[in-house]
Amino acid sequence: MVGLVVISHSRILAEGVAELARALGVGKAVVEPAGGDADGGFGTSIDLVERAVAAADGGDGVVLLADLGSSVLTAKMYIEDAAEDDEDGVQGGVVLADAPLVEGAVAAASMAAAGADLAAVLAAAESARDHRKS
Amino acid sequence: MSAGAAGGRALDGAGVASWIRHAARLVSADAERLTRLDAAIGDGDHGLNLDRGLTAAVEAVEALPGGTPPGKVLIAAGRAIVSKTGGASGPLYGTALRRAGKALGTADTADAAALGDALAAALEGVRELGQAAEGDKTMVDALLPAVAGYEAALADGADLAACARAAADGAARGAEATVPLQARKGRASYLGPRSTGHMDPGASSTALVLRALADVTAEGGAAWSGSS
Repeated sequence: MVGLVVISHSRILAEGVAELARALGVGKAVVEPAGGDADGGFGTSIDLVERAVAAADGGDGVVLLADLGSSVLTAKMYIEDAAEDDEDGVQGGVVLADAPLVEGAVAAASMAAAGADLAAVLAAAESARDHRKS
Repeated sequence: MSAGAAGGRALDGAGVASWIRHAARLVSADAERLTRLDAAIGDGDHGLNLDRGLTAAVEAVEALPGGTPPGKVLIAAGRAIVSKTGGASGPLYGTALRRAGKALGTADTADAAALGDALAAALEGVRELGQAAEGDKTMVDALLPAVAGYEAALADGADLAACARAAADGAARGAEATVPLQARKGRASYLGPRSTGHMDPGASSTALVLRALADVTAEGGAAWSGSS
């Protein structure tokens, strides 16, 4: 199954979004949070992202969802590093979704739980951008 | 370890380590001002974050064995900044230093041309990662005129120290020129027109890092350990 990682400046936000996405992925989706900096404060940590990806990796690839700013930069940098360093490579690949955090995570979790492949899970996350609320 | 040609025309690993140490000193001395700039339009942590990142970079660089080539010193510094800096400056400065280090490869010294290529690679890396263009009120607005100034000096036949001074001057002017700009990247961009009237903290810290390079490469510069 495709795994998901939720990256946020806030540990609580990352955990909350992961919790919601897991619940709406009918409990089957693998969603790992990577929130806050390495010392438990506010920020982002490439080491926490690396650990969350390892935990979410089930062999079919991992989709990253990031809130904003340095979360996005850290996610992109992690992907660049992983591509360069084969030992670190996740089978199936790691991609960053260009998607809103909550809606994207829920859409991706639903699709991942249905057994879809990486491209389909990524597309589901990114389609969440178009879900209007009014 | 030697600084290469007489007159400090090439930078060795120890010279790069001096640069990182001096950059850390300048940022630390100015951390409060950077944080104040960031508090005006960003999230108010730039000085603190970069100070922490550069302190980690200095530790990483000092743990390297003597004779480590300049490219490897920059990569080690970049890695440390990435893992110890919580904000956007971590990935951005980390990418800049690592790209510069990769451009230098494993050569024992970097001459003026090689260092110019390294700075251009740093700029390219930052642009790629942050997707910022000139005038977006980001560190690109300091780094771009720095690289342009360096390359113009190099084309005029200037030595490494003079090229580095031209880069520092370009960065300082570029940072100054961010004051009237409206931010189009980062948290400041949410403020729209209200982001004008303040210097961009990332451009400001970039100017400090390039000033550090000019200081350590200047002939007789106290921190230019590689040339002693």
